[in-house]
Amino acid sequence: MNFYERMMNLDRRWIYLVIGLVVVITAIFPFDVPLYVTPEVRSIYDYIESLNPGDVLMIGVDYAPEVMAELHPMTYAISRQCFKKDVKLLLCCLHQNGPGMVEQVISQVSKEYNKINGVDYVYLGYKPYPGITILAMGQNFRIPFPEDYYGTPLDSLPMMRGLTNFDNVKAIINISGGSGTELWINFANGRYNAKLAIGVTGVMTSDYYPFLQSGQIFGLIGGMKGASEYEYLAEKDGYISRAKNQLSAYKTMPIQTTSHLVVILFIVLGNIGFFMSKKKKSRI
Amino acid sequence: MGTEEIIWNGVAAFLVLCIYTFLYKDTPLYKFAEHLVVGVSAGYFAVILYYNGFVPKLITPLKQGQWVYIIPAILGMMMWTRFSKKWSWLSRFSLAFYIGSGTGFAIPLYMQNYVLRQFSSSMLPMGFSSWALFCNILIIIGVLSALVYFFFSKEHTGIFGGTAKIGIWTLMIGFGAGFGLTVMGRISLLAERVVFLREYLLELKYYLYLLFKYGLPL
Repeated sequence: MNFYERMMNLDRRWIYLVIGLVVVITAIFPFDVPLYVTPEVRSIYDYIESLNPGDVLMIGVDYAPEVMAELHPMTYAISRQCFKKDVKLLLCCLHQNGPGMVEQVISQVSKEYNKINGVDYVYLGYKPYPGITILAMGQNFRIPFPEDYYGTPLDSLPMMRGLTNFDNVKAIINISGGSGTELWINFANGRYNAKLAIGVTGVMTSDYYPFLQSGQIFGLIGGMKGASEYEYLAEKDGYISRAKNQLSAYKTMPIQTTSHLVVILFIVLGNIGFFMSKKKKSRI
Repeated sequence: MGTEEIIWNGVAAFLVLCIYTFLYKDTPLYKFAEHLVVGVSAGYFAVILYYNGFVPKLITPLKQGQWVYIIPAILGMMMWTRFSKKWSWLSRFSLAFYIGSGTGFAIPLYMQNYVLRQFSSSMLPMGFSSWALFCNILIIIGVLSALVYFFFSKEHTGIFGGTAKIGIWTLMIGFGAGFGLTVMGRISLLAERVVFLREYLLELKYYLYLLFKYGLPL
């Protein structure tokens, strides 16, 4: 077996080991990575910047702990930006394992900015069957959610006065790790013409660019890279701080850089091995 | 971090390491962590569904005398007849209702948002700046050639075959972008866990230092 054949038949555990080592070493010795902010992330940031104090923004948090690494930083950064600007938040969760995700973000961020439940933000909670829930919210938030997550009737919450359906919120940001995004595009934007932007995992990102181009969504935050771009913008304007350990996505960018280089190297080596062994076979 | 956080984050760190043992081989530690995740998720979902679906959408309305809710309750119960060979035909009524209403909701909107809107966004103007013009032409060529590739009623030869080849390249570029983003997504999950482990170890070191120096639980 020659060198190229050995490379072609390399035990995948060696690849895991090399990537693992690169990730660990970079985590121990991090470095600064320059970031380019993409227009699709900037459009969401700029839109929230244009909101006035008292405006209501809705965030649909549809993810479970398995993708929180990529999506939690988005929810944190957007919530912090909104609260710092005194924009009110209406949150809901349409993923069965996600109610705790929203609770974790909102309880922490509301404390940081002294925001009051029912006045500055309302967490509607979770309801099964996301498509039907979105359709019902388009008519009236009180149909699927007569009470908020904590059991308080919506009509008794000051923030919910005059807040009936999607027409009364400035925009919806759906942060999702699954097919929930399709339902928001189809029902909230398609049926009720709600202004919609999305934050999705890296795996899902390429599927949603056509909706950006068609104008069905006005912004897209894609995976950890998108989240770090958002954090970069938020830090620049003083909404989040590195000293307070609030840049969780940005922190992983050096790891992304080095591990991607290793993956590229393996792909190149694999291809060289493939073509060289093919060439050798054709000679024989 | 206080004592409680140190313990719970320690459990999380242990489970992360258990899962990563799978990279070497299928170990009992991995099996333990995997079964724990599945069990906890299923239990959590069952409780959440009961309190957010079953109670507010069935028990509460029935208690308030809204007897119309008995109809979906019966349809729901009929679904359980699938476990009986003799009575499983009853579940078809529930499924028919569910599929019928779901399709009625979805088809017009999917047609509108996934076909017509995408179709209209491919009809691009050609009179913008040179860069926009270039991008628009690229999109049009990509869409048409990819469509030609999926046209199987004519042999892929000559100009038709050449166009189909461009279609394959367009698809490959799309798959390549998808693969790149998938790699980024998977590395993101690993990176976040490694950062979590690193920060936990630093906190644990600081906690143990204080514990041994002052002998007080934090």
